[in-house]
Amino acid sequence: MAEIGQSPLRASTPIGIGAKAAIAAEKRELKTRWLLVSPAMVIIGLAGVLPLSIILFYSFMSPGPYAGVSFEPTLRAWVFLILEEDLFEETLGLNYAHISIFSRSIGLALGTTVLTLIVGFPTAYFIATRPLRQRNFWLFMISLPFWSNLLVRTFAIMMFIREQGFVNHVLLYLGVIDKPLSIMFTPTAVWIGLVYAYLPLMVMPLYASMEKLDFRLIEAAYDLYASRWKVLQKVIIPLVKPGIVAGSILVFIPSIGAYVTPKLLGGGKSLMLGNLISNQFGTSRDWPLGSALALFLMAMVMIALIVYVRNESGKSAHG
Amino acid sequence: MAELLLTRGRRSFDVRYLPGFTPLAAFCLVALYLPLILVIFFSFNAERSITVFSHFGLNWYEEAAQNTFVQNATWLSLKLAFFATLVATTCATMAGLATTRRKPFPGQSVVYGVINQPLMIPEIVTAVALLAFFGAIKQATNVYGFGYLLLAHIVFCIPFAYMPIRARLQDMDLTMEQAAADLYASPWKVFRRVTLPMMIPGIIAGAMLSFVISFDDVIISMLVAGPGETTLPVWMIGQLRRGLTPQINAVSTVLLVITFFVVWMVFVMTTRKR
Amino acid sequence: MSRYFDFPDFPADQSSAHVSVPRNELTLICLLAITDCYKKQVKAARPNSACHRNRRINVGDGVAIEARDVSKIFGTSTDQEVWALDHVSVSIAQNEFFTLLGPSGCGKTTLLRLIAGFEHPTDGAILLEGEDISALPPFQRPVNTVFQNYALFPHMTVAQNIGFGLEMQGRPKDEVADTVGAMLSLVKMENLKDRRVDQISGGQQQRVALARALAPRPKVLLLDEPLSALDLKLRKEMQLELKRLQHETGITFIFVTHDQEEALTMSDRVAVMRDGEIHQIGSPQDIYNRPNNRFVADFIGESNFLEVQLLSRNGSTAKVRFANGTELDATLPSTDVTSGSITVIVRPEHARLTADRSAGHLQGVVNDAVYFGTDTHYYLTLDGGEEFVIRQQNQRGDRGKISSGTQVGVTINEDSIQVLAN
Repeated sequence: MAEIGQSPLRASTPIGIGAKAAIAAEKRELKTRWLLVSPAMVIIGLAGVLPLSIILFYSFMSPGPYAGVSFEPTLRAWVFLILEEDLFEETLGLNYAHISIFSRSIGLALGTTVLTLIVGFPTAYFIATRPLRQRNFWLFMISLPFWSNLLVRTFAIMMFIREQGFVNHVLLYLGVIDKPLSIMFTPTAVWIGLVYAYLPLMVMPLYASMEKLDFRLIEAAYDLYASRWKVLQKVIIPLVKPGIVAGSILVFIPSIGAYVTPKLLGGGKSLMLGNLISNQFGTSRDWPLGSALALFLMAMVMIALIVYVRNESGKSAHG
Repeated sequence: MAELLLTRGRRSFDVRYLPGFTPLAAFCLVALYLPLILVIFFSFNAERSITVFSHFGLNWYEEAAQNTFVQNATWLSLKLAFFATLVATTCATMAGLATTRRKPFPGQSVVYGVINQPLMIPEIVTAVALLAFFGAIKQATNVYGFGYLLLAHIVFCIPFAYMPIRARLQDMDLTMEQAAADLYASPWKVFRRVTLPMMIPGIIAGAMLSFVISFDDVIISMLVAGPGETTLPVWMIGQLRRGLTPQINAVSTVLLVITFFVVWMVFVMTTRKR
Repeated sequence: MSRYFDFPDFPADQSSAHVSVPRNELTLICLLAITDCYKKQVKAARPNSACHRNRRINVGDGVAIEARDVSKIFGTSTDQEVWALDHVSVSIAQNEFFTLLGPSGCGKTTLLRLIAGFEHPTDGAILLEGEDISALPPFQRPVNTVFQNYALFPHMTVAQNIGFGLEMQGRPKDEVADTVGAMLSLVKMENLKDRRVDQISGGQQQRVALARALAPRPKVLLLDEPLSALDLKLRKEMQLELKRLQHETGITFIFVTHDQEEALTMSDRVAVMRDGEIHQIGSPQDIYNRPNNRFVADFIGESNFLEVQLLSRNGSTAKVRFANGTELDATLPSTDVTSGSITVIVRPEHARLTADRSAGHLQGVVNDAVYFGTDTHYYLTLDGGEEFVIRQQNQRGDRGKISSGTQVGVTINEDSIQVLAN
């Protein structure tokens, strides 16, 4: 195989009819494939990608008198992301309302990620250690609520935790508390609602990596005097780390952009970024600020995704 | 014999066991389902209370069924989900065929990125972007109507339809089509007689998922919908902020049953042995 | 020496050349359908089956398939190029059972796929009965394939699978039904015709795959390691079955395998391949007894390789001198051999131990003797220092193994020393 790398065939001119046919077929095929992806590309390009550039454009404009924008370029919306104008002194100061909403959004998203991980990890492990035939059933049971309507699920958790709800009834009956807990319309309620809504998103990728877990490695660890806690800490968690990262990203992204859950469970004092954005397009009628906020949210999600992709590619480089 | 009994009585060391994990998993499952079961339970309450169950009655279902708002919203949601599914599944099937079963073509990663774009962006961002975009178009063209909402739904349904279709195509044995071509089937016949019949479960799964996703959507529908375009979830969110009556339980129960049925069908179809 | 069939070999000609087209075949060919340009051509390309039917053609009647100076390069850029086939020429006769044998990655499957039309040659031509078919897509070639994993359509019954090719050719319904019936009885599967293909065993799937590929009566049947998924007993059965089917149908079979035993037992001729080149083509006896070079000798069976001096040559035989000075006759290969130091091979079963350590024998000492039931293997060190293995059949009443350390002579059967080409 001395020819490798020098390619004597390329130099000479005559091309076999077989090769010609192959070239023609390949060209035809490439055209057909582009034709086949074009409807999806056009639709998503038109109504998925293009609108994002519109709001990018709007974020550099001034707000219109009633709604919409007036086309006077300004950086106002981006400045007002974290600052606000003092009406009387005409100076700029930090916008504490926005900052508290940002920190609440990030805090709740992180809190949701942590809690779903704590509950989801044992659940995924439980499913992965079931006999093969049962696993699909358990996985189905976990994913089923996720596909049901988010509103219905939020309503269900409302009924569950409100003052006259199930939890309070049970706790009062058991005598754990003597007056009902009022968690509705607090960040805690939003936290519980988000965990409830996105728990399946944590369990599924965790399960996917635990399913591949080689239990002979765990046997080997026990054989080498590891305790149960050490096995979990030194063997299982490192091996399923890709699943932990994937699950965390999958939970973090929808949590930080949540809209329905904080709207219904949080009330006026527990707004999150999603509600702030929609308010700018609704009652506040400040489209440029709303656009800037939306892009700010998108940027945070992109950062999370980049972390995830880094993790993925690092994994494949090792494998 | 005595020895045998002894060893049988002793429990062997289970390497898979970790203390506390099984109770936590059980808690997780109970916590997932108990609130939903409560919703269903109180939908059968004859009285106007979602706190105390007095006695069994179907009156809230009757009331919901006779409510013209519910009727109109349900009809709109069904229409929207049907057409969005139809278009999204067609697009996704074509895209699936083009992006699998051959080595990737130049630019295929861009195609992946675009198709999955609606999944990577928070829904609220997509919603306000579409609101701004459609607002500009409406202002410029003076064209209003159902089409905007439909287009918005198609966009986020495509990736959901695409995922199972692509998975199915990737699972399918490439030699099947080679065998058909070897047996004198022209490319069109290979597609019609072999590829299409074999990918049907993927297409059905994709269509069902996109139907469920479209039917359940709240945020985008709420922001993009024109006047009078109230889908069922949009009607529900309005009701939830007003006050809770078992009528919502009844509607929720119907939605739950439909969703569970559809997802179960998808599950059966995608996990069935080939 | 016995040559069953006398065929000219086609030495690889390293002349013409050209551009590489990677074509990882099969496909979304279906997608091309939208342009629908192939449809009309299908009918034109229907194989003319009548001339074959029920006629037992003697090998040598004519050439069925010819690969003429075929090269196949995978990979697009120059530094990633892989030459799967490197100027291969081979001619396969009508009604021949021809085997492509070689280790994995040798190019045997690529050659098969070029004949089937799943790949197109980068250079050279594939000729079917003298006609260049290199540019035809697979569905226009009267050539059928039995795939390694059978590739039975899971959404069709056994009978529907077998009838698929005929149906695609647009044959009338009753003819399809008749042929399917005949095929079912040919492979003894009549009672399972309405089963789904996932409800039958691996061996039965194998038969269905065979019947499906034979039903349209192709001019050539290609078999891509079809027995590799079967267990040993079934494999032996299917080897006989394949021979029977080839005999009954009179169709040219091209069989790809990496199993030397399968190749030797079933084939009329074998082509031994490595690194995209054919090293030797010949009958199984030829390949085994008269290997051209070291690779063929090593890949097929066991061999003792000995360095000797070429003394003189006389036609196809030569006088050679071994390291200990013994002079014996050896057979020369068809290709040229330089004089001086050359390599010869001796198969372990073509030599015997003897107590006679006189001149005309090789001499050595037994290092080890391993008993195998039917025979005993003796591991020797010859006086010249080379390792040598002898396989000797056991007889009832043998006095037991010759123990290690025994000084012995070695008698080599007449006509059993083969000179290798350099």
